[in-house]
Amino acid sequence: MELLTLNHYLGAAGALFLIGLAGVVIRRDLIAIYMCLEMMLNAANLTLVAFSRFNGALDGQILVFFTITVAAAEVAVGLALIVALYRLRQTTKAEDLTTLKF
Amino acid sequence: MDAYFFWLFTVGMLLGAVAVVLNRSPVASALSLAFTIASMAGLFVLLHAFFLAAIQIIVYLGAVMVLFLFIIMLLDLKAEEARSFKPFSLAAGLALAGFVGWRFFFHVLGEDGRRPMASLPQPAANDIPAIGNLLFTKYILPFEATSVLLLAAMIGVVLLSKKDLK
Repeated sequence: MELLTLNHYLGAAGALFLIGLAGVVIRRDLIAIYMCLEMMLNAANLTLVAFSRFNGALDGQILVFFTITVAAAEVAVGLALIVALYRLRQTTKAEDLTTLKF
Repeated sequence: MDAYFFWLFTVGMLLGAVAVVLNRSPVASALSLAFTIASMAGLFVLLHAFFLAAIQIIVYLGAVMVLFLFIIMLLDLKAEEARSFKPFSLAAGLALAGFVGWRFFFHVLGEDGRRPMASLPQPAANDIPAIGNLLFTKYILPFEATSVLLLAAMIGVVLLSKKDLK
């Protein structure tokens, strides 16, 4: 089995990001779209940690620490928005929200 | 040894990610995402980021995923009867992912990344003192700003979940 390189980790993160990206476009449920977004955020975190290990500097890990904090806050606000929307419209489907559609 | 764990965690992570996209039931999607996040914590351990692996488990698995499951239960979301992907959005999603993936795998990944990780100097086994030092010296301003952000998020959530928005 070959030795692990930076490209292995970047490739894994890239594949995860692509699956999340496809999911955001394909899925129509707001909660599912949101989970795919979280996945893309996680993929970015993995690249940062891999680069941090590769360069021998901890700064990348600090950035991931902040990303995780911001993601937690963002999930709380986003889910509160989804709940408020559900109360107003009784739906979490993206295609039912066409108020701004031209 | 590392390589076996790398492939184990990566395959688990990607299978979980595909399951998030394909599952019709939101609860099953959320549990797949939890699996993906746990596998990623394993990758963090392989990269010697032990503190972040712990944070990943505690914050993402412990807080964020429980919040997701809690909201799914609260809204009582049912599984979709049939997999209702629109052909257009399916094509658009796959095309977009394919294009970005092609650029990424053939134009971004380069020669520099081929150096084996094992040849790099080993970081300290206990990385928390170093991270704490950086956090409270070089990154003290972002750290304080984060606390303001958390406060703002908390107030925003309380305001959003009030019965009548005025």
